[in-house]
Amino acid sequence: MSAAVAGARIAWRVATVANVVRETPRTRTLVLDVPGWPGHRAGQHVDVRLTAEDGYQAERSYSIASAPEDPKLALTVEELDDGEVSPYLTEELKPGDQLELRGPIGGYFVWDVDTGGPLFLVAGGSGIVPLMAMIRHRNSALSAHAQAARKLPVRLLYSSRSWDEVIYRDELAGLVAGDPTLEVIHTLTRQAPEDWTGLRRRIDREMLAATSWPASETPRVFVCGPTPLVEAVATALVELGHQPALVKTERFGPTGTVS
Amino acid sequence: MTPISRGFRGRRQPEGVAARLPPGQYETRDFPVLSAGPTPRVSLSVWDLTLRGTDGQSMRWSWDEFVALSREKITVDIHCVTKWSKFGTSWEGVAIDTLISEAAKAGVRAGPYVLARSDGGYTTNVPLADLTNGKAWIAFNYGDAPLPPEHGGPARLLVPHLYFWKSAKWVRELRFMESDAPGFWESLGYHIYGDPWREQRYAGDE
Repeated sequence: MSAAVAGARIAWRVATVANVVRETPRTRTLVLDVPGWPGHRAGQHVDVRLTAEDGYQAERSYSIASAPEDPKLALTVEELDDGEVSPYLTEELKPGDQLELRGPIGGYFVWDVDTGGPLFLVAGGSGIVPLMAMIRHRNSALSAHAQAARKLPVRLLYSSRSWDEVIYRDELAGLVAGDPTLEVIHTLTRQAPEDWTGLRRRIDREMLAATSWPASETPRVFVCGPTPLVEAVATALVELGHQPALVKTERFGPTGTVS
Repeated sequence: MTPISRGFRGRRQPEGVAARLPPGQYETRDFPVLSAGPTPRVSLSVWDLTLRGTDGQSMRWSWDEFVALSREKITVDIHCVTKWSKFGTSWEGVAIDTLISEAAKAGVRAGPYVLARSDGGYTTNVPLADLTNGKAWIAFNYGDAPLPPEHGGPARLLVPHLYFWKSAKWVRELRFMESDAPGFWESLGYHIYGDPWREQRYAGDE
């Protein structure tokens, strides 16, 4: 991929905000037009750079939420309480505004239909973002090559603090309704609706044993979320017999709270 | 042309902080964990460290032999390619200089490049000159406690003047080489050398 071509510098590009979508009270999706965007693989991220009037700059990394097939680039950003950059992106940015980004970055936490399956995805909070790019990418492939994609069943185990904080909730429900090879299992850790009959605790080994494919089926596993969640999940999956090399992780900080 | 981010003020750092931050970095007081896979766990009874020379000659230390070597306390700033920097981190470890001079007594010949290899299969490449003359260590204590597994324990490479992915967690072997060869992240689009002060994050950055 372009990111790995030796000698070619990954250039800063000017992106224009086409749309800002409210996903949950704390998250927004920035839909961007990026002229010259070289394309990406599901799971990769970008560096975003903001410049203040006096020239002061701040950079952060954000996962790409859109499928490689999508003509626009989407980033879903969670507002951090003490954040320097995220509150600007979620509260201030409007359609027509510009920002700089460069990417795509990262060549390991990536999946495409050629990688094969089955695919087991584990998300904590906004850790869903790069995994959603994989789900959307697979869905694009499913539309084009229905037969092949049936060999790529996907299960997503997704931990959120509450039902209102489930990012992409309606889109996931819609995808599940139209696709028997996609399963989404939600668990809520802090608050659940009164009529909630689903899982109601942090992801643990028992939950993983009940929801993942057995290690003998060699699922490709991607885990993304806060560090304590990813540590616990990855360790439990290895204990359940999954090959460490098939369990790819992305941990985010700086906060270490488990959702 | 760089567009101005309308309404963005940012958080100006006090001068002392700004001077310690390489370009594009921000200070964190936390200690984030970045790893590509599950945290490997190895018993100290089977842990060992190997220095392998360019001619295949090697020297090996068991855990007890390793921690009996002369150790140093180190306080340094560290810089992760994912943008965070952490100031004044305190470690205890064995200088690479010490390991090389011990291994030289056993006939292990150093080469101009080193490939570090870790439990779990991680690798990273560093020029020898960046590991010697008091610039790098194998660290096994963080603060005053054993280095936790998620931060690379029982022992990790510590090369604080390069981006922190060069400070390989769970290190088990340093292999000397006649020529440079990319490690794990260096093969996946990250910079071959990784100097944070020149912002060498990705392949192609000058």
